[in-house]
Amino acid sequence: MALTKKEWLALEKKADELRNLCLDTTFWAGSGHIGGGMSCMDMLTILYHKYLNIKADDPNWADRDRFILSKGHSGIAYAPVLCDFGYNDKEQLKTFNLTNSKMGIHLDSNKVVGVDASTGSLGHGLSIALGTGLAARVLGKDYKTYCILGDGECDEGSNWEAAMSIAAFKATNVITFVDRNKCMIDGRTEDVMPLEPFADKWRAFGFHVIEVDGQNLNELSEAIDYALGEPDAPVMIIADTIKGAGIDFMEDDYHWHYGAIDEEKYKLAKESLKKYYAQRVARAEKEGK
Amino acid sequence: MAGGLSYTALEATDLSTAEIYGQTLVELGAEHKEIVGLSADLAGSTKIGAFGKAYPDRFFNVGIAEQNMFGIAAGMAKAGLVPFVSTFSTFASLRSADQIHTDICYQNINVKTIATHSGTSFGQAGSTHHAICDMAVMRSLPNMTLICPADGVETAAAVQAAYDNFGPYYIRINRGFDRVLYGKDYPREYKFEVGKAIEVNPGTDITVIACGSCVFQAYQAAKFLEEADGLKVRVLDMHTIKPLDKEAVLKAVMDTRRIITVEDHSVIGGLGSAVAEVMAEAGKGCAFTRLGLQDKFAPIGLHEDIMSMLGIDCNGIVNAVREAMNKDFEEDDNWDDDV
Repeated sequence: MALTKKEWLALEKKADELRNLCLDTTFWAGSGHIGGGMSCMDMLTILYHKYLNIKADDPNWADRDRFILSKGHSGIAYAPVLCDFGYNDKEQLKTFNLTNSKMGIHLDSNKVVGVDASTGSLGHGLSIALGTGLAARVLGKDYKTYCILGDGECDEGSNWEAAMSIAAFKATNVITFVDRNKCMIDGRTEDVMPLEPFADKWRAFGFHVIEVDGQNLNELSEAIDYALGEPDAPVMIIADTIKGAGIDFMEDDYHWHYGAIDEEKYKLAKESLKKYYAQRVARAEKEGK
Repeated sequence: MAGGLSYTALEATDLSTAEIYGQTLVELGAEHKEIVGLSADLAGSTKIGAFGKAYPDRFFNVGIAEQNMFGIAAGMAKAGLVPFVSTFSTFASLRSADQIHTDICYQNINVKTIATHSGTSFGQAGSTHHAICDMAVMRSLPNMTLICPADGVETAAAVQAAYDNFGPYYIRINRGFDRVLYGKDYPREYKFEVGKAIEVNPGTDITVIACGSCVFQAYQAAKFLEEADGLKVRVLDMHTIKPLDKEAVLKAVMDTRRIITVEDHSVIGGLGSAVAEVMAEAGKGCAFTRLGLQDKFAPIGLHEDIMSMLGIDCNGIVNAVREAMNKDFEEDDNWDDDV
């Protein structure tokens, strides 16, 4: 089911706030993995503000939905989401990456409230997500587990071990995304280690693959609704995204996997985000129902 | 901590160490529904298959994919289950080291690894299947408790302790049958406590600190040396490699001034290293020999033959003790100013 226009616009507003908070955090830290943070911010926004069945005042609620950020280096996007949600004090973002901060590049589940798994070493998250998914089955619980993978991360063979077993165990309570921003540290994914035909690979591993515009909240919503509708195979949502989405001088440039933000760049980025938000609102106004 | 030990000495001699583990886990699983089992196509070999047969809904065979297995176990533990994970020691400690490091130890969660075919116990399989550095890897991981039981009886106690205590555990056991140390002929009361060495044989001339199947060999050597040489050899079963019983090590240094460590593992990073660290940090010098793999891969062969070739069997220990007794080592009673 598509988002209502009202819902869509409300989510656009939240996504804009969170993109700004991610940029602010990068500025306060001096640098960060902002490119991949921006590309997955729409996924994080729609999960935390529409789909995840979680309680801000009870982060360890046993029946809560789980979320595993397998591309752990997007902590600079995830931390703002968790602070904004109410799990952690927003002031903590000003300490991001500083000595003795609770928040470093890769968020620690024992230090940052709301993090379901410490990730950072790539290729781990999907197995952990399957673990929480199978635990729901053993414990007779109906919570869901959502997992976001990076596309470059899919070079790690362990993902494919996990994929094979998610299909074998018919773990349809695990809903997986790939942030397909087509960039990794050393270059574009197709130049460093080609992933295509990417969707076919997931299909061959037994997934129902949905390819969406990962910067379109309505398309993301429709894909998640499908995954929640008791499909007969686990669902992989390949979100076609833009690295650095919303910040024009970063967009689709792999050099912005990790970058430094000075005062001047910060101002330019803020202006760009403003324009980007206006475009996004215009689209929602036009296409929303 | 010996609670749950339902194996009589007779039963223990009839079962391989891994079979005792499997049966212990089945018993634990009957009472504790949050226990789940995971295997990577080694359910039969590691004997966790017994748990799978008893509780198919709580058992997951992930195929030959150890990294995935430990990641799944981490997710399960995060959701409140108590996963027992079994594969061969070499695969657990090397193939999935990153998952154990990051997903389990870093998060300090309740995953129990019962790793079989440790040391050179799968001798004929060659070095691809010998676990000669698993203790070195596991010992260096924060939050990990590392146990190397002497026999099946101790394995049952260790598995029970792993359930009773929260946190990551790595228990390394052998393939096949171990000589039973804590059977009906064992002259003392047996009591297992994590982090507490067991004095298997009292002695004042020299101390042999051993783990795993080497403890039985050390005990045999001590009995022989008492008869043949009139030596009083203290034998410590250092079943817990981490946290190490530092007190027992230092007491042995003070009482006997001669220490030999014995392990079916590289002498680098395992029991011998752990004991050496304690002595060095205490500033206590001592005649000291580490028996084990001397920075080499082991030959192919039967386990008992390899143990003999490495000098970690009864004869090897006897020779090492005699050599150590001949070492000219200053025996000064006043150690307080030695540091």
